[in-house]
Amino acid sequence: MSAEKFQNPVVRWIDHRLPIFSMLDHEKYDYPVPKNLNYMWNFGVLAGLSLAIMIVTGIVLAMSYTAHVDYAFDSVERIMRDVNHGWMIRYIHMNTASFFFIVVYIHIFRGLYYGSYKAPRELLWMLGVVIFLLMMATAFMGYVLPWGQMSFWGATVITNLFSAIPVVGDSIVTLLWGGFSVDNPTLNRFFSLHYLMPFVISGVVVLHIIALHRFGSNNPIGIDASGPQDTISFHPYYTIKDMVGIAVFLLLLAVAVFFFPNAMGHPDNYIPANPLQTPAHIVPEWYFLPFYAILRAVPDKLGGVLLMFGAIAVLFILPWLDRSPVRSARFRPVFRIFFWLFLIDAVALGYLGGKPAEGVYVTLSRIATGWYFAHFLLILPLLSHFETTKPLPKSISEPVLSASGRAA
Amino acid sequence: MFKRLLIVAVASVLTGPVFAAGGNVELLKRDWSFSGPFGTFDKAALQRGFQTYREVCSSCHSLKRIAFRNFADLGYNENEIKALAAEYEVQDGPNDDGDMFMRAGIPADHIPSPYPNDNAARAGNNGALPPDLSLIAKARPNGPDYLYSLLVSYKEAPAGTTVPEGMYYNPAYPGHMIAMPQPLYGDDVTFADGADASIKAVSADLVQFLMWTAEPKLETRKRIGVAAVFFLSIFVIFAYLAKRRVWEDVH
Repeated sequence: MSAEKFQNPVVRWIDHRLPIFSMLDHEKYDYPVPKNLNYMWNFGVLAGLSLAIMIVTGIVLAMSYTAHVDYAFDSVERIMRDVNHGWMIRYIHMNTASFFFIVVYIHIFRGLYYGSYKAPRELLWMLGVVIFLLMMATAFMGYVLPWGQMSFWGATVITNLFSAIPVVGDSIVTLLWGGFSVDNPTLNRFFSLHYLMPFVISGVVVLHIIALHRFGSNNPIGIDASGPQDTISFHPYYTIKDMVGIAVFLLLLAVAVFFFPNAMGHPDNYIPANPLQTPAHIVPEWYFLPFYAILRAVPDKLGGVLLMFGAIAVLFILPWLDRSPVRSARFRPVFRIFFWLFLIDAVALGYLGGKPAEGVYVTLSRIATGWYFAHFLLILPLLSHFETTKPLPKSISEPVLSASGRAA
Repeated sequence: MFKRLLIVAVASVLTGPVFAAGGNVELLKRDWSFSGPFGTFDKAALQRGFQTYREVCSSCHSLKRIAFRNFADLGYNENEIKALAAEYEVQDGPNDDGDMFMRAGIPADHIPSPYPNDNAARAGNNGALPPDLSLIAKARPNGPDYLYSLLVSYKEAPAGTTVPEGMYYNPAYPGHMIAMPQPLYGDDVTFADGADASIKAVSADLVQFLMWTAEPKLETRKRIGVAAVFFLSIFVIFAYLAKRRVWEDVH
């Protein structure tokens, strides 16, 4: 049936036996997408693009990198100085890592604002949280590879967290290290895993997309499409709209790579790792700072570790914490206020994570940590019961038509 | 729009603490020729900076990531680089008899270090290790300004401050007590081009040289960057216009 769609006889011959062209065609033209998606819906594609850039530049970097404590730092400097355009490939890899997190954080907050985690998209959301966790593990191990001071000490601090686990903690740390301190075996296994993880992420991304295509994208109104008048085909409408986002993303990435390549890094990582000399402040990469703040807010090590992982675990059960049947914050006036408060809280945690754990910063970290969990465990469940939501439009077309009068 | 601004604010607040990892140091800010999107190195200043490194710094500090061939960036031609390399003695070997031997340097050699290893360097410097300078301009917060400040800020400790034996007072250094004695006083170097040899001028040239050793591809990077940003800006405009055109019929 599908074979007639194609003019080219070779394509037709292949498609008859291996229907990949029909499959692509199906996703491109037949996949209905709500017609009211705003630019916040660009960030899924941008995350995919970031992953692709990371994999391509990473594979090229691995060709010149040496995973050995005596050579790792030198091999990275060799890439920066002697490999043709090596500096560019490395700076793209470094900065895209940060951009990947910026994009994913926006993607997550978009989901929080528009209720994209609600039925029937719970698994889609949970797979997203899995991707986020895998990304954090990958980024952490990647940061260790240049074997600078922050690589080494960051690895020491983070791997030591697992020693807080009762009974088996120390054994887990020994297993992670491949010995009794962060050393060559640690670097080797981190390199191996850092190379593996992006492909695991890619696999989960495929699942994420399969789950997405089951019910299609959520939309700013948060109500289901009621018929063909509410949807348009992905191509050309959203391919071209994504292209705008991609262009802006690449422009900002180019500004970072070519003019501020080290702004999101730490100067200490240009000092070769020295196990005998601890840096004045050990700070993780900026994208971990909110979780680092939560970790340090708790005076007890095990408690801190549990709370830090709890901060992500709570995202897994979010679809069952927020039981309000209305998805989009547009029709939830009280929720909307709390959403912005939560965003401010998350940013505050990021700020506090970069400050030394002393004085007023500790108190503020505790308040911000308390608010983080209260938002999910208290406010959202209560809001589901007590909030009076605004009336929902009858269909996506209705507000789109009425909105087209205004400058859109 | 508000959301877009908020995103930028979020990103900048999040990255803020990364920049702020300094310490209680008094920094002197300078306009460097290599800063900004069109920044370039001044080749004459790089050559003078190298001369200062060679005549002053190199007695304690290594510069091991720089090879003589890299000096093409400073404006030296092939013969000058060969001649420069030949002025250095480099250890090579083992030869057919199994012995290490000394020979004149060639462009592919890296600049020989003043000490054979870190322990020897410590032994020669009161237990303090003079760091390799290849990456120093990137390995400190506000690298160029910091290095410049460090070089010109040596002074007598204020009354009431005791400076331990073998330490020196420098308000630009975190903690203000530094193990490196004041390296430059002015007129330490005589430049062939008759350039200013005051402590500030010599320090500024030296810092520029160290920025080059830390980031030798800086000029290429910025040149490609300007082209990339120009191209991508046009791409943004066309992508947006195309989007408008495609979406015309959607209501």
